Amino acid sequence: MKKVVTYLVAFFVATTVDWGIPHLMPGNPVEIYLSRFNISSNTQYVALQKTISESFGVNVPLWQQYLDFWKGVLHWNFGISFYETAPVTHIIAQAIPYTLALLVPAILLSYFLGNRIGAMAARRKVLDNVVLPIGYVFQAAPYAWLALLLAYVFAVRLRWFPPSLGSNPGIAVGWSWSFILSALHHWVLPFLSVFLVSFGGWSIGMRNLVIYELETDYARYLRSLGASQRLVRRYAYRNAVLPQLSGLALALGVVVGGNIVTEVVFQYPGLGHLIFLAITNEDYFLLQGIFMFIIIGVLLANFVIDIAYVVIDPRTRLSMTGATA
Amino acid sequence: MSVNIEPSGHKSLATGSPAASPAGLGQPSLAEAGAGGTVAGGGVAAAFAGRRRWEFMHFALRNKKLMIGAGIEAVFVFVAIFGPLIAPYGVTKTFPPGLHPSLHHLFGTNAPFGQDVFSQALTGVRDSYMVGALGAVFAGVVGLAVGFAAGWRGGWLDELLQLLTNVVITLPQLVLMIVLSAYQTNRSTLFEGVFIGVTGWPWVARAVRAQTFTLKARDFVDLAKLSGRRASSIVVKDIAPNMASYIFLVFVLLFASSMLVAVNFDFLGLGPSNSYSIGDMMNYASQWSALQLGVWWWFIPPGAAMTLMVVALYITNVGLDEVFNPKLRQQ
Repeated sequence: MKKVVTYLVAFFVATTVDWGIPHLMPGNPVEIYLSRFNISSNTQYVALQKTISESFGVNVPLWQQYLDFWKGVLHWNFGISFYETAPVTHIIAQAIPYTLALLVPAILLSYFLGNRIGAMAARRKVLDNVVLPIGYVFQAAPYAWLALLLAYVFAVRLRWFPPSLGSNPGIAVGWSWSFILSALHHWVLPFLSVFLVSFGGWSIGMRNLVIYELETDYARYLRSLGASQRLVRRYAYRNAVLPQLSGLALALGVVVGGNIVTEVVFQYPGLGHLIFLAITNEDYFLLQGIFMFIIIGVLLANFVIDIAYVVIDPRTRLSMTGATA
Repeated sequence: MSVNIEPSGHKSLATGSPAASPAGLGQPSLAEAGAGGTVAGGGVAAAFAGRRRWEFMHFALRNKKLMIGAGIEAVFVFVAIFGPLIAPYGVTKTFPPGLHPSLHHLFGTNAPFGQDVFSQALTGVRDSYMVGALGAVFAGVVGLAVGFAAGWRGGWLDELLQLLTNVVITLPQLVLMIVLSAYQTNRSTLFEGVFIGVTGWPWVARAVRAQTFTLKARDFVDLAKLSGRRASSIVVKDIAPNMASYIFLVFVLLFASSMLVAVNFDFLGLGPSNSYSIGDMMNYASQWSALQLGVWWWFIPPGAAMTLMVVALYITNVGLDEVFNPKLRQQ
């Protein structure tokens, strides 16, 4: 129950902040919009100002605007983008597949592989000496730098992969083989830069946790009972995975931020790049819509992690059914 | 329906898996395994302070990781303090553009402007450290205050602070920064540091809260309570010293993660308006197509320096952890 309240409060706070974007921004959105056109006659300007204000819904009192915004959120309606003059939801829908294709595999693969390899490295000198330095370098590398480095080495120098965009601009977007192959080809480098940073973090974290678990009383006891090294490690792994999972919830915001930077470096046409365009074009309604999607995405991911936690850790299941252990 | 590190789950954490309390950290889970053990080692600190300090130095000086990490870090701190003074040229002084790295220009010169990249990097280290330090201090202070308050008082205050923590966790930092920076067009280094601190504290609060819970149940805290001292005095004099080593590690990690977050901001042009940090350099390099023109020395060396700064902090952290916590020492 408490978790649900947390999510509702977070959603409410985030939506309110999001609503405030065009209001906080310097300048009046209507005037910014009109300044794009060359309107010479003053009467025309005033008339247009009135129409635009009405279509943006900013001609009503502030509280009414706030309520209207909530109505829009519930109906998936975030208004019209200034720059592209298309519905915001429409523009976002085109960008979402790219971001998901980048983020979902990067988060899941780095989490599972990082945990496995980190656990393997714990207390195994030879492997540890390899994993530890590599993990640290990946984890410490700024997203922007790693992305630029990969782009320089593999795109500019070796020419194995294209340096930018989400697919070959000559190929129409759709379910054709040539498009899918081209999209995959463009996907590799951005994916790698998001994946490697997270991978470093997970493997190091897991290594430290498993070392700690291997030194606990239960592990010592198991060993003194003559349990095999494999069995002890398996129990250590299962305990160490729990803090890693709550770490995943904490790291999501960082990964989303890193993803924005990566998309900007590679001009990858996902939400991150769209944010960048929206800022440079002062397209506040688009920005508002993108943030709403990101916030919902992060909240959903947190929710999934919470459920996964309950599935993995039987103790939390106990406390949920009411038997406060 | 309490999941995760909520109070009911917490009781089992205290006895079950000790590593679970200091959960995965802000930067993709540098999970701080050492914490549980360090606390146990505390006891009544004051009486043994002298001996313990000697013991600390004994292990510290023999810990290779700590010595290497701290050594590298010391070099960078020196650069951060004296960088602008030892830089061979001014940051904006111009030379022929696009010069390859040479003895005259260690990192070459950048492309359309012809500025000395090495001098800019030396200056940039200072800005990155400033933001890192500010972010660490603010996140550390807020995180400690929230963690101690929630862990010590429990009850409704705990519930409220946990709600706050969980809400802050779910708000993506970069998204908030974009909103704020559009409003606040003239930003200072202080603004960036404080912002990073104010949004980066949740994992500290969680970990400190869990630690406070376990310490609160100890006998020496009961004794302190019986002696009628004020809560704030007990927290500061009895609880905090037993977490001292852990708190120290937290600051090291916060320092590293704040610098990394700042690079992201600067790279997107959301950094301080009047600075020249490592992130700014990568921003300009990318904007002026250093990538396509092959001017690799504009972004690779500064980024590598940044990575080294952070790696050195991580290594220092592991080294310190091993010094504080005998269980983790190399076998």
